[in-house]
Amino acid sequence: MDTTFERSYLKTPKGLASWLFTLDHKRIGLLYLFGIMGAFLIGGVFALLVRLELFGPDKTLMDADTYNQFFTLHGAIMIFMFIIPSIPATLGNFLLPQMIGARDVAFPRLNLLSWYVYIFGSVFAVYSIAAGGVDTGWTFYTPYSTESTGAVISMTLGIFILGFSSIFTGLNFIVTIHKMRLPGLTWYKLPLFVWGLYATAIIQVLATPVLGITLLLLIMERTFGIGIFDPAMGGDPVLYQHFFWFYSHPAVYIMILPGMGIISELIAVFSHRRIFGYKAIAYSSLAIAFVSFLVWGHHMFTSGQSELAATIFSFLTFLVGIPSGIKVFNWLATLYKGKITLDTPMLYALSFLFLFTIGGLTGVFLGALAVDVHLHDTYFVVAHFHYVMMGGTVMAFLGGLHYWWSKMWGRHYSERWAKITCALIFIGFNVTFFSQFFLGAKGMPRRYYNYLDQFQPLHAFSSVGSLILGAGFVVMAVYLIFSIFKGRRAGTNPWGAMTLEWTNPTPPPPENFTEPPRLEYGPYDYDRVAVERTDT
Amino acid sequence: MNKPAHHESRPHVLPLRTYLLVAFALLVLTVVTVAVSFVPLGGANALVAVGIASLKAALVALFFMHLLYDKKINLIIFLVALSFLTVFIALTMFDTLTRGGFDIITRDPIDPDAVIYRDTISAPPDTTTD
Amino acid sequence: MTADHAHDRPGPLAHHFTELEQQSDSVKMGMWIFLLTEILLFGGLFVAYTVFRAWNEEMFINAHKFLDIYLGTINTIVLISSSATVALAIRAVQIGDRRKAVILLTATLALAVVFLVVKYFEYSHKFHLGQLPGKYYTFTGVEGSNPHIFFGIYFATTGLHGLHVLGGIIVLGWMLFRTARGDFSPEYHTPLEAAGLYWHLVDMIWIYLFPLLYLIG
Repeated sequence: MDTTFERSYLKTPKGLASWLFTLDHKRIGLLYLFGIMGAFLIGGVFALLVRLELFGPDKTLMDADTYNQFFTLHGAIMIFMFIIPSIPATLGNFLLPQMIGARDVAFPRLNLLSWYVYIFGSVFAVYSIAAGGVDTGWTFYTPYSTESTGAVISMTLGIFILGFSSIFTGLNFIVTIHKMRLPGLTWYKLPLFVWGLYATAIIQVLATPVLGITLLLLIMERTFGIGIFDPAMGGDPVLYQHFFWFYSHPAVYIMILPGMGIISELIAVFSHRRIFGYKAIAYSSLAIAFVSFLVWGHHMFTSGQSELAATIFSFLTFLVGIPSGIKVFNWLATLYKGKITLDTPMLYALSFLFLFTIGGLTGVFLGALAVDVHLHDTYFVVAHFHYVMMGGTVMAFLGGLHYWWSKMWGRHYSERWAKITCALIFIGFNVTFFSQFFLGAKGMPRRYYNYLDQFQPLHAFSSVGSLILGAGFVVMAVYLIFSIFKGRRAGTNPWGAMTLEWTNPTPPPPENFTEPPRLEYGPYDYDRVAVERTDT
Repeated sequence: MNKPAHHESRPHVLPLRTYLLVAFALLVLTVVTVAVSFVPLGGANALVAVGIASLKAALVALFFMHLLYDKKINLIIFLVALSFLTVFIALTMFDTLTRGGFDIITRDPIDPDAVIYRDTISAPPDTTTD
Repeated sequence: MTADHAHDRPGPLAHHFTELEQQSDSVKMGMWIFLLTEILLFGGLFVAYTVFRAWNEEMFINAHKFLDIYLGTINTIVLISSSATVALAIRAVQIGDRRKAVILLTATLALAVVFLVVKYFEYSHKFHLGQLPGKYYTFTGVEGSNPHIFFGIYFATTGLHGLHVLGGIIVLGWMLFRTARGDFSPEYHTPLEAAGLYWHLVDMIWIYLFPLLYLIG
């Protein structure tokens, strides 16, 4: 009998109740994984339906009102139920204590509570689909959101509740990283994934409360007609946008920073090299967290804010691209002359480098005030954010998932199917979204149900891409789920990595370490120490 | 109840005097701020009021909440919160206070009788409708 | 490090911490981060206040005259006193005086309830006059454009603050119960300190709300 398995967190303690009332951060990470995979499925189905509708102009599958609801739900579910929690709540929860040699996070009960809050908020949000739907766009701009007859209040309440889940996770991680590190594990010996989670957590606690008050004010406007966003009552609809984007811009860095943390790990391990510019990458995460709060007005260049404010925000937006650029160059420098092995996690990391660079650069185009006047609310913006969110965060998430998969389940997935799927996803993604840059530059507006005939070829091409992309994810679900039950048994350190989570049994026991963890080398000491791959 | 841990942490106890002095100062400052509000200082009234409130808040934070004696990180957390709130207010005001500030069309409208239009374009642009 | 060793460890030390000081530092830091989120939450309302006051200075001055400055001052004194009593209650626990701690916590709770009672009188007076937020506003005695904006902001800020006072009453009530029961000692009283921090923040927010709403020129 495989005693490691029996003693692992997967099987100890036993029973459904032991999972639903667990305080084990690893189990909570898996509970979140199931949640966000469900959210990705629902959000993905909406995406495919939207793209199918856009295959041709006029009605293809549904009427315009339904279409408006579908793109709204796609956006809201993907952002609030999937991507914001994705990496921190699943991989972050699973790995953070292990990476710092701790037994658990600082507040295990708060951790479990954050999952229940996530589920509760998600239920509200999904309920609103049935209760009349929402067609305002995920941004809920006033005045339409205050007047629309859809289930705006239940959707915004759901998101309000989801926000607490995000805040609790961030609070927990900040205290954990400050207070629960192994003695001797100084800040500059932390894996860069931890730095990424730390910077993310700071944004989570600072920005999410503002989303909270924004949604509360929206609800008050709908119920009491409080009038602060209604010009007829002396209010200002642009003020709503200031409130909304003060959270939502830093939110996109909540989405990307953990992904960047993963990429630092993957590039180092699979180039078998010390990461280039450790401190620069660490500080750039903090810089991104800080500067991200200064640029929100670049979402409002054409909304009616003053020209002075627009100019200031445009300038500040150029600044926020710099730390991201520093990271990309440091990763490239790490690859240079490294002993690169092209395992699946590395394929995702390399995809990230290519796709995130495109996404990031097109973000700079949009940050240029004069250019944005032409591109705002076109498909160029849609392409940009899918390149950074999917080409960036999702690729990093998939890379991390595959990298740490054996640690979580004690088994390997099929490398052949994983590589095939990576190719499917890469091809499907680019076919879907690269074409949208052209659509947008040629003038195709976003969120439009109908369009001029001249846009049809590109739309059809994009929709075909979405089917390839969808197929890729279906194949991934199959081989990953198969591997949980029938995958080849994995050893302790199949990748020869040097971070602490690879020093304990695979899968780990509930208390993480069977003997007290010892800090023998730094996380990227490939040039000083030879670590062997142990894969039974 | 509980046995002392192997690492006993004796709390840092502030003298009663400190608490009473701070409470007294807060009450005095309350009276002051109410009194000053009756003195017409124009725009300065708001500044003085916020200034006194900030002084009171600082007393509560440093003494009642022990920030003066506690680990530095807690003070940093508090100051970070205030800083980002300031950023939120300031950058929003950059917009709301300068609306219509650079509106060239209203301040310096196109003159339909300007010579340049007559000479170079066949018909002057119609700026009278809408 | 299994559950077997629990009896070696001091009672209140949780399984994932190595020593009591680490635990109490963590809880305090966690509470400060939570206070940070509260500051940003209320911050949004301060932004709305600042924006609309800048746009409607005259109206704000006229409208605020209908707030009762005496009741506002009383409430300010009530909250400041409650902050003092809770701080002194914690001090009492720190020097091992349980009886005094219970008395001081009870005083804190009483003052908190007084605050809400005063607010109840203020609110009902406004309801009576029709000085209500948004579309329910029917009062005609304020000069200036859109006077309902001031009252909308007044109710939003004091309402949210009032909800936090109510939450504080529940938390402090629970702390009173635990203190009376003997849960705390000079070595361990972290939950009480955390509750105290929360209450001080509630006081601090009112310290700003009072001049901004009641003392405008």
